[in-house]
Amino acid sequence: MKYDMLLLRFGEFMLKGKNRARFEKTIITQVRALLKPYPGASLRKEFGRLYVDLGGHSHTELIAVLKRVFGVMSISPVKVTPSVLEDIVETAVAFMDERENEFKEGTTFKVNTRRVWKEYPHSSHEMNHMVGSPILRKFQQLRVDVRNPDIELRVEIRDQGTYIFNEVIPAVGGFPLGTNGKAMALLSGGIDSPVAAWASMRRGLEVECVHFYSYPFTSQRAKEKVIDLARALADHAGTIKLHLVPFTEIQTAFTQLGQDNLIITLMRRSMLRIATKLAERERALALITGDSLGQVASQTLPSMNVIGRATELPLLRPLVMMDKQEIITMSKQIGTYDISILPYEDCCTLFVPKSPTTNPNLRIVDKIEATMSHLPEWVDEAVAQTETIVLHAGEAAPATSDNTGNEIKEDWF
Amino acid sequence: MKYFDYAATTPPDSDVVRTMAEIMEAHYGNPSSIHGYGERADQLLRRARCGCAAALGVKPEEIVFTSGATESNNLAIKGAALRYQTRGKHLITTATEHASVYESFLQLQQWGWEVTWLPVDSDGRVSTQQVMDAIRPDTVLVSLMHVNNETGIIHPVAEIGKRLKSAAPRVLFHVDGVQGFGKLEAKPASWGADLYSLSAHKIRGPKGAGLLYVRSGVELTPLLSGGSQEQGMRAGTENVPLLVGMAKAMRLAAERQLAFAERATVLRDRIMETIETIPGLKLNSRKDGAPHIIHFSYPGMKAEVALHTLEQLGIIVSTQSACSSRSAEPSRVLLAMGRDAASASGGLRISLGNEHTEEDVALLEQALHQMVAQLRPLERRM
Repeated sequence: MKYDMLLLRFGEFMLKGKNRARFEKTIITQVRALLKPYPGASLRKEFGRLYVDLGGHSHTELIAVLKRVFGVMSISPVKVTPSVLEDIVETAVAFMDERENEFKEGTTFKVNTRRVWKEYPHSSHEMNHMVGSPILRKFQQLRVDVRNPDIELRVEIRDQGTYIFNEVIPAVGGFPLGTNGKAMALLSGGIDSPVAAWASMRRGLEVECVHFYSYPFTSQRAKEKVIDLARALADHAGTIKLHLVPFTEIQTAFTQLGQDNLIITLMRRSMLRIATKLAERERALALITGDSLGQVASQTLPSMNVIGRATELPLLRPLVMMDKQEIITMSKQIGTYDISILPYEDCCTLFVPKSPTTNPNLRIVDKIEATMSHLPEWVDEAVAQTETIVLHAGEAAPATSDNTGNEIKEDWF
Repeated sequence: MKYFDYAATTPPDSDVVRTMAEIMEAHYGNPSSIHGYGERADQLLRRARCGCAAALGVKPEEIVFTSGATESNNLAIKGAALRYQTRGKHLITTATEHASVYESFLQLQQWGWEVTWLPVDSDGRVSTQQVMDAIRPDTVLVSLMHVNNETGIIHPVAEIGKRLKSAAPRVLFHVDGVQGFGKLEAKPASWGADLYSLSAHKIRGPKGAGLLYVRSGVELTPLLSGGSQEQGMRAGTENVPLLVGMAKAMRLAAERQLAFAERATVLRDRIMETIETIPGLKLNSRKDGAPHIIHFSYPGMKAEVALHTLEQLGIIVSTQSACSSRSAEPSRVLLAMGRDAASASGGLRISLGNEHTEEDVALLEQALHQMVAQLRPLERRM
């Protein structure tokens, strides 16, 4: 079947009366950003719904992209036909023809006509019969059930044309991006943090990402891997801002303390402090991490307690109660898994002590930090030296400053 | 000397040559190494991959770099046949494919696969219906060239791809795009192609570089094992300077495609008309073929003699395709088109590039007239 457009239905936020206009506007912005790589596709808003004209692009491809739009509950591919009885019936039969292989003896269906164009000569009720009868004649296995049909064929008669559809493909749902404010997600090169960022977006947060790198101990490729992860997130959000923080100095300072089992705790606290400053600068109201309870030493309850106290911002941990396997499944679904498993060292896997503490003591940690008089300075310096890049859906990553003294000339390409 | 053998190979673009020389000197790292030298090489490779993908309108991860179209065709055909042999052992191709495709199928035939060799009409074209009629439940792959390298005939690949996708979505579709890219629109993904081969040296890039587009989700059994390069489909250290050169050549060719096709068509039509007016020469190409290939015969004259005479007159053309021109056999392509053995072994090919001018064509035409005048006394004595 060659479809003409997609119908996008909104989710739970539709109930929230006064904000609806704002919510819709947000969704439209995100749809526009995701449609950028598809010239020809265009967008039309109608009360409580969005239509995307396919403009010749494949419906399966665009559905795969638009399923990601936060706040969209479901998508239906739609065939548009003139509001003339013969055309409507013919298209409706063709629609059922497409699905004939699903029919069994006794499969039930109903036609559900909506007559938006009141001048159309036949009533909805009449239309249900006039469309349903030829279908029943053609597909002998079908039975009508108006209460609980297996297949509901929807016919919407409008002035400019009639929309026919029956598939309802579930989409990601949630809240429109950013309608619940902005937060800063700590993005490592691992599996969990991109999933945490995505889960936050789905609840209506605009997410910016922070990544800490320890050049020259970690490679340019570790940094590129994170850029790729952020770009994969941009394929959902449309756009992602990524802050790249140089962390080498602070990290090496902690390794000199002779407190190996506390290194991870101290490092995480510094990361949260830097992220907090960046969040304040960017007017974000929370930090997001990929912590999952008990997964590693820094994610035990005592560790989370001591680490979390380094920030006054709410610390959101969307994955805290999830199993690893569930997280992996989600990361595969959102397209970050294959990037996450690339094998480069990042600053979280560097200098991991033999026995990191699972039960750090807050007083001792406070004391150690108090002896490091340069720490606040280093934190400020790291914030000052942070490089920010913006990634867009479907686009190649912009070049970042290269620490290896790389001389790749633009005119080679 | 005027070179009219662009379908065999092209002079590399001087910008491409400079780029490759600079990279060869400055970035010799192995893209798989994790030190800075390797990283830089890897970065170059990533950029090259993105460039090649953009020129084809596909995703970077769908590009597998190879040593050229022969390898791409071998990988596409044997790789798919081996990987999907549980689906069946039936393959479809035409009788007029390039040797690298033709011989791959012969090899598979020897290994127990069944091959349907579709015939072509007198113009050398295969029809969509022929392809569809040959499909069986155990068909694994259809392989077809976009543009024939000897005659320039264009096969309806977009139409075939679309029909295949709707009627037999499990059958893989390989398009050998070597003579089409840069001359005609090349959008394998929108044609419904699963595999698409390309060579750099046909589009003013380097020899020894090529690629295979492998649609996401399609798997191939690798022909070269030994490393995880190219998503495990083609082991071996990537030739970074050549691949960057290919990416650049592809960008340039894609940008110039429309202008080239327009200009070459004018020159080609003019050459065709000239050939038709010279008694003794017989045109084999059609005006609805590719814009850069003109094939004709000089019945009663050995093609090689005609070629050497033209060379003496300062014009380089070729007999058959370069890859088989050293064999004395008559052209497989022309025989399949129903030509008799005499004209099938007497074929000559003129192929155009983007730097040919009206003056070059005038020289060519003059040489054709002269060649026939010189050889006339020898006709039918050879």
